[in-house]
Amino acid sequence: MEAIVKANESKRIHPQKFTLWVAMGSILMMFAGLTSAYIVKKNQSSWLEFDLPVVFWYSTAVILFSSITIHLAGKSFKAREMARYRTLITVTALLGILFIGLQVMGFMDLEARNIALTGAKSNSAASFLLVITGLHMMHVLGGVIAILVIFVKAYSSRTKNYSSLSIDMVGLYWHFVDILWVYLFIFYNWIG
Amino acid sequence: MSNEAVLHAPAEAGLHLDAHGDDHHEHHHHETFISKYVFSQDHKMIAKQFLITGMVWAVLGGLMSVLFRLQLGYPDSTFPFLQDLLGKWAEGGKITPEAYYALVTTHGTVLVFFVLTAGLSGTFANFLIPLQIGARDMASPFMNMLSYWFFFAASIVMLSSLFVETGPFSGGWTAYPPLSALGDASPGSKTGMDLWLISMALFVVSSLLGGLNYIATVLNMRTKGMSMTRLPLTIWALFFTAVLGVLSFPVLFSGFILLIFDRNFGTSFYLSDIFINGVGALPNEGGSAILYQHLFWFLGHPEVYIILLPAMGMVSEILSVNSRKPIFGYMAMIGSLFAIAILAFLVWAHHMFVTGLNPFLGSVFVLLTLLIAVPSAIKVFNWLTTLWRGNIRFTPGMMFSIGFVSLFISGGLTGIWLGNSALDIHLHDTYFVIAHFHIVMGVASMFGMFAGIYHWFPKMYGRFLNNTMGYIHFWVTLAGAYLIFWPMHYQGLAGMPRRYYDYSAWESFKQFTELNRFISTVAMIVFAVQLLFLFNFFYSIFKGRKVTTTNPWGANTLEWTTPINPGHGNWVGEIPEVHRWAYDYGKDGKEFIVQTKAVGADESHH
Repeated sequence: MEAIVKANESKRIHPQKFTLWVAMGSILMMFAGLTSAYIVKKNQSSWLEFDLPVVFWYSTAVILFSSITIHLAGKSFKAREMARYRTLITVTALLGILFIGLQVMGFMDLEARNIALTGAKSNSAASFLLVITGLHMMHVLGGVIAILVIFVKAYSSRTKNYSSLSIDMVGLYWHFVDILWVYLFIFYNWIG
Repeated sequence: MSNEAVLHAPAEAGLHLDAHGDDHHEHHHHETFISKYVFSQDHKMIAKQFLITGMVWAVLGGLMSVLFRLQLGYPDSTFPFLQDLLGKWAEGGKITPEAYYALVTTHGTVLVFFVLTAGLSGTFANFLIPLQIGARDMASPFMNMLSYWFFFAASIVMLSSLFVETGPFSGGWTAYPPLSALGDASPGSKTGMDLWLISMALFVVSSLLGGLNYIATVLNMRTKGMSMTRLPLTIWALFFTAVLGVLSFPVLFSGFILLIFDRNFGTSFYLSDIFINGVGALPNEGGSAILYQHLFWFLGHPEVYIILLPAMGMVSEILSVNSRKPIFGYMAMIGSLFAIAILAFLVWAHHMFVTGLNPFLGSVFVLLTLLIAVPSAIKVFNWLTTLWRGNIRFTPGMMFSIGFVSLFISGGLTGIWLGNSALDIHLHDTYFVIAHFHIVMGVASMFGMFAGIYHWFPKMYGRFLNNTMGYIHFWVTLAGAYLIFWPMHYQGLAGMPRRYYDYSAWESFKQFTELNRFISTVAMIVFAVQLLFLFNFFYSIFKGRKVTTTNPWGANTLEWTTPINPGHGNWVGEIPEVHRWAYDYGKDGKEFIVQTKAVGADESHH
C-alpha cells in the first residue's frame, strides 16, 4: 500500500488534482467575467460610491488565518498526528463558517446604511458586491462541505487512510478560495 | 502514473482492473440493466447516450425549423394539421407570431447547445478520447456520468418549457435583456424564460464536468509511448474544444447570474429607462443591456469553435484514413487549432459592431477577426493537400468529410465579409448572417458529426451503416444545404432582416416570395432525408452488416486494436504501447502501419 502511495506522490500530478487545477481556472474565469463587468459598469453613469463594510477586514483576517490552519492540518496528516489533524480541520471548517457569517454581517451593515443590495432602489454597485461576494461565499461553503467529508473519513475507524490526496486537494482548494477573496478585497478597495 | 494505477486508486472508478495481473482484466462487477445502459460509467455507453439524446434534439430542432419555414414560405396559406400539432399556437392552421418567435428561439438554443455542443463533442470526446489515447476510461468515470445526467436534466427542463401555458422563451437564442429579464415583456419571457435559464444553467454544469474530464484524461491518461505529438488530430481538436468550454462557459454563467438577479430580485445590471405597454415605467435605473452582450458573446464566440473544432478534428482523421495518405502538415494542423483557440477569445465584439461600440475598438476586433482566416486557410490547404493524389475511398464518412471542407470554405469566405465592421453595418441581422453561420458552423459541423457517425459506427455497434442510404443522405443533404442557404446571401445583401414573421408585408421583400417558398420546400426535403438517416442508424444497430475484422477501415489509431465489441475497459489484456504517430499511411510501400507497431530498423525516416 505504501509503495502505491509513494508512486502516487512521485513526479506526475494525480489526475484528480489536475482536474481540480483546471476547475479552479474555470472558477477564476467566472470571477474574471464578473469583475470585468463591474469595471465596465463602474465607468458608466449613476454608479454609487460607498465605503466597504469594515467587517470585511475581519473576514479577510479570518480566511487568511484559516489557510494557515488547513496548511498545518495537511502537515499533521503527513506526520500521522491524527488528533492534531482532526482538531485543525475542525478549526478550519469553523473559521470558514465564521467567514461566511462575517460576510453576511457586511451585507447587513450596508442595508443598515440604506444601501439597497436588491430591489427597485438598488444600485448595481451594491448589487455587484452582493452577487460577487455571495458567489464567493458559495465557494467557501463548498470548501466547508469538502472538509466535512474528509472529517467523516478521519473519524471512521473502519479504514485507515494513508493517502494524503484528499487533504491535499481540500487544502489546495481552500487556499484558492482564500486567494480569490484577497483578490476580490483588493479589487473592491483599490482597483474596481 | 500508469492508467491501471489511476483506475485502481479512486473508489469511484467503479471498475477493478488488476494492476499486476495480465490475464484477467475483464472481470467486471455483475452488470445490471441499470448500471450498463442507464447509470453507466463506461465512456462508450455515455457517448451513445449523448449521441441519441442529441439526435432526439436534432429531430425536434429540425422540425421546428420546418414549421417556421412553413410560415416564411407560405405566409398566406393555412395548414389545418398545424392546429392539431400546436393547438392555440396555430389557431386556424397559421402559426401565431408568438409561436413563430418561440420556434426560432428554441431552434437556435437547441441546435447550438444541445445538438452541436452536447451531441457532437459529448459523443465523440467521450467515445474517442479513451479509445484513441489508450486509456481504459476517463479520468473520472463518475463525473463523466454526471455530465450526461446534467445534460439529460437540462433537456427535460427545456422540453418542459415547450408545454407551459405562456410558451417557451421567444426572445432569440442569445436571450438579450430586456426581453429575457422582464416577465412582462412578452408571453415567452414568463415561465418559459425561467425554464430556459434553469435548463441552460444545468447545461453549463454538464459542459464543465465533461470538459474538465476531457482535459484531465488527455493530459494524464495517455498510454505508454503516446506523446502529445503522436496523438491523432481528433484528440487535439477535442482537447482544445474542452479548454475553450472550460474557460468560456463560466463567463456565460456569470452573465446568467446577473440576469437571474435582474429577473427575480429587482436589480438593475442590464435594465434602465424601460416603459412596458400596460405596465408603465419601471424603476430600474443605470443598467446596460450591452453588458449582457459582452458577457454572452465572450462565451458565444468560443462556442462557435466549440462546435466546429471537433468536426475539424474528425474530418482530418477521416480524410487521412480514406485517402490512404498521412495528414498533410500535422504540426501545422495542431498550430492552427491552437491559434483558433486563442483567437476565439479575442473576437467576441464582432457580434456587437452596431451596438455603438467605439469604432477604434471595433477596428481592433476587425483585425483579430480577420486573423482567424490565417489558421482556417492553413487547415483548408492541408485538407486539400491530404486529398491530393490520394488513393481515395469514397465511403459515406469520407463523403461527409469532403462535404465539410466544401461547406467550411463557402461559409468561411463570407466570414471575411462580415468580419469587416463597415460591411457589417449593412449586413448585420440580415439573412446574409443567417446564411453565413448556418453554412460554416451549423451544416459544416453537422457534416463533421455525420462523418464521425458513419466512420465510427462500426466501433460503436459492431455493424456498418447501410452505404446506399448513406450516399442518398449525403447528396441530398449537401445539395439541399447549398440550395437553402446560398440564396439567403442574396436576400441578406438586399437588406432582408432576420427574425421577421411575414416578409410579404414589405414591398422591398415581395420579390423574394418565390425564393422563400423554394427555400422552405428544400428545407422539408432535407428534413425528410434526415429521417432516412435515422432509420438507417436504428435499423443498422440491430440489422446492419456485421463487422468481421477489428480494423475494417485499415486505420492506424488505437481504437481499432480493441475487440470488435469492446467491454468496459476497452482492451482485453494490457493496454497497447504506442511507437509512432497516427498517420503512417503508404509509408515504405506499406498501405498502413498501426500505431502499436514498433519502428523497424529498415524503416525510412521516422
